[in-house]
Amino acid sequence: MNDEVVIKPTHGLSALRLREIWEFRELFYFLVWRDIKVRYKQTFLGAAWAIARPLMGMVVLTIVFNKLVGFSVAGVPYLLFTFCGVVAWNFFSEGVSGASQSLLANANLISKVYFPRIIIPAAAILSGLLDFVIAFSLALVLMIYFHFVPTWTIAILPVFVVLTIVTSLGIGFWFSSISVQYRDIGHALPYIIQVLLWITPVGYAANKIPSEYQLLYWMNPIVCVIEGFRWSMLHTGTMPLTLVALSVCVAGVLFVTGLMNFLRMERRFADVI
Amino acid sequence: MSAIISVEHLGKQYRIGALRRGNSFRDAFDEKIRSLLSRKKPSESKDEVLWALKDVSFQLEAGEVLGIIGRNGAGKSTLLKILSRITGPTEGLIRIGGRVAALLEVGTGFSGELTGRENIFLNGSILGMKRAEILSKFDEIVAFAEMERFIDTPVKRYSSGMYMRLAFAIAAHLDPEILIVDEVLAVGDAAFQRKCLGKMQRVARAEGRTVLFVSHNMAAVQTLCRRALHFAAGRIVAEGDVDRVVKGYLAPAAPSAGSSLREPVELGPALRLDGIDLPAEPVTSGGPLRLALRFSARAATAVAELAVLFYSAEEARVAVLDLRPGGLPANLPAGGGWTASCAVPSLPFVEGEYSVGLYVRADRFADNRFNLARFVVAPRPAAGGLAPYGAEHRGLVELDFTATFQAGSGGPASGAPSDSRAATV
Repeated sequence: MNDEVVIKPTHGLSALRLREIWEFRELFYFLVWRDIKVRYKQTFLGAAWAIARPLMGMVVLTIVFNKLVGFSVAGVPYLLFTFCGVVAWNFFSEGVSGASQSLLANANLISKVYFPRIIIPAAAILSGLLDFVIAFSLALVLMIYFHFVPTWTIAILPVFVVLTIVTSLGIGFWFSSISVQYRDIGHALPYIIQVLLWITPVGYAANKIPSEYQLLYWMNPIVCVIEGFRWSMLHTGTMPLTLVALSVCVAGVLFVTGLMNFLRMERRFADVI
Repeated sequence: MSAIISVEHLGKQYRIGALRRGNSFRDAFDEKIRSLLSRKKPSESKDEVLWALKDVSFQLEAGEVLGIIGRNGAGKSTLLKILSRITGPTEGLIRIGGRVAALLEVGTGFSGELTGRENIFLNGSILGMKRAEILSKFDEIVAFAEMERFIDTPVKRYSSGMYMRLAFAIAAHLDPEILIVDEVLAVGDAAFQRKCLGKMQRVARAEGRTVLFVSHNMAAVQTLCRRALHFAAGRIVAEGDVDRVVKGYLAPAAPSAGSSLREPVELGPALRLDGIDLPAEPVTSGGPLRLALRFSARAATAVAELAVLFYSAEEARVAVLDLRPGGLPANLPAGGGWTASCAVPSLPFVEGEYSVGLYVRADRFADNRFNLARFVVAPRPAAGGLAPYGAEHRGLVELDFTATFQAGSGGPASGAPSDSRAATV
C-alpha cells in the first residue's frame, strides 16, 4: 500500500503536519460555514447583529470617553474614531472567546472523529471574519457620511488584520488547550476580555497613556492593531516603529508558544475532555 | 492476501487517579504543594493505573469482516479509538494500509439549527467525505433515510427516529477501504435496523470491504462476520471462527455472584447513574429480588421515563420494570441525588446469569444502556422429588400454573370442575 499509516506511541511535541491540515481543508471550510450559519439562527435581528453590536459599542464608548471624560481627537469625529477601534476590538475579542471555548463546544467531535484538532480553534476565529467585513463596510459608510477621505495608508490595513488573527490564534491556542483539562478558563475568560478592553485603546487614543508606560503598553499586540486601524483609516496617532516591532514580536511569541503547547496537549484531548 | 491492518502488542494505559483529580487549577496546585511537602516526585504518587488494553496483537486481511465482542469495559471501544487515531496508544505498533473511516457514533457533529440537507454536508465532511462525493451521493442518502419531505427542515424539529435514520444513511454511504463500526446498528425501529444490517451485509460481502464490527448483538455479529475476537479486561481471550467465539462468550463463566455497577455512567448532559446495587449472593428463582438505582443530577433536570431492562445471557430481553407510575422526579435540582429502589416479590426467571440495562428519558435525552450490572439466579429447591429439566430446556421464565387430568377421549368433558382449567403438558 502506498499510503500506509503507522500508529505508535508518541512523546513530546508532535509535529505540525501541514500536509494533513491541507487534506482536511474541506472540513475546516464546513466548520467555518457551520459557525456562520448557526450564529444568528432563531434571532429576530439575524445578521443585523453584526451591525448593531459595534454601533452600540461605539455609542457607549463615545459617551464615556468623549462626553463624560472629555477626550477628543483633532480632525476626526469621536464617533468615527471609536467605531474604528470597536470594529477591530470585536473581531479580536469574539475570535478569542470563540476559539477558547471551541474545543469544549466540539467535544463530541474530538472524542468520536479523527482530524487535526488545530482546525477547530482556527475555524472559530475565521468564522468571525464575516462579521468583521460587515462591520468594516459600515465603517466605510460612516467615513463617507462624515466626509472623510482615506489615503494610501488604508492599503496597509490588511497587515493589521493579519496581526489580529495571529494574536487571536496564539491566545486561542493557549486557552482552548488548557480549557480541555481545566474548565477554569470558561469562568475567567469574560473577565480577562474585560480587563483587556480597558488596557487597549478602544475608546481613547494610545497617547493618553503616560510616556513612561508606553513600552509596557505596547506589549499588548492589540494596542498596535487598534492604533494601526486608526492610523491607516483616519490618519490619527503615530506608529513608532520600535513599538510596532515590540507588539509584533509579542504576537509572534504568543502564536508560536500557543501552537507548541497545543501540539503537546493535542494527543490527550480525547482522553481528558 | 497481505494484512491490511496489523496490530502488534498494543497497550493503552489510563491513569484513573490523575483523571479524578486535577480538573481545576486549584487541584493541580494542591497536588504540587502536597508533592513538594512529601518530597516525592508527582509520578510516585499513588495514581491508579488501568490498562484498558494490554498486549493485543492481531491481523486483518483485506476484504475480511472481523467481529469484536466482549462485555462493557473490555477494551473494545478503546481499540477502535486507537485504530481510528482519536487517541494514541501507550505501547505497541499498528500498521494500516488503507483509508479508514470510523463510525463510533452516528450523527457526530449534527447541528440542530441546520437543515437535514446542510447536516448531510457537514456530517459527511466530518466523516471524511469530499464535497464532490457528498454531492454525487446526496439523492441516494436522502432516499435511504426516507427523508425527502423533511430535508429542508431544521434537524432539531426531527423525531429521534428521523434523526437516527438520517445519521445512519450518511454513515452508510461512506466509501472507505476500511470501515470501523461501533454498535451503531442499535438505533431506530426494528424495520430500520434490518435495513441497516442488510446494507452492512452488502458492504461487507458484495463490495469486499474490510470491516471491523463491534456489537453486543450476537445475531448481527454472527450474520456479518466469519471471524471474531473476544475481549475481556483489555486482552484477547478468544479468537477465530465466529460461532465458536460467540459461544464461548455467551457461556456463563464460573458460577460467579452478581456484580453491582460501581462506575458512574453519564446519561445525557444532566443526569448521571452513580450505581446499581444488586444482591451479591445469587437470587433464588421464585424468590425476591431487590435492586436500587442511584442517580445524581449534574444540572437541573426532569426524569420523564425510566425502565429497568432484564436480559438473559443470550441477550434476549426477558422483562422490564416500567417505573413511570412510581412518581419520577419532575424537578431534580443540580447536584441532587435520587434513588429508585425496586423490589420484585417473586422473580420467575429460570436459573442462569442475567444482566440489567436501563432505558431513560430526561429532558431532551433518551437512551438505552445495556450490560450495566449482572446478577445470578440460582435454581429453586426441587419440589415433589422430581428432578427438573435442565435450565437450557426450560426457556426463560417459570410460570405458575395448575393442571388437572381426566381420563376419556378428547373434547370438553362434562362435569369438569369449574375452578380449574384444563391444560396439556
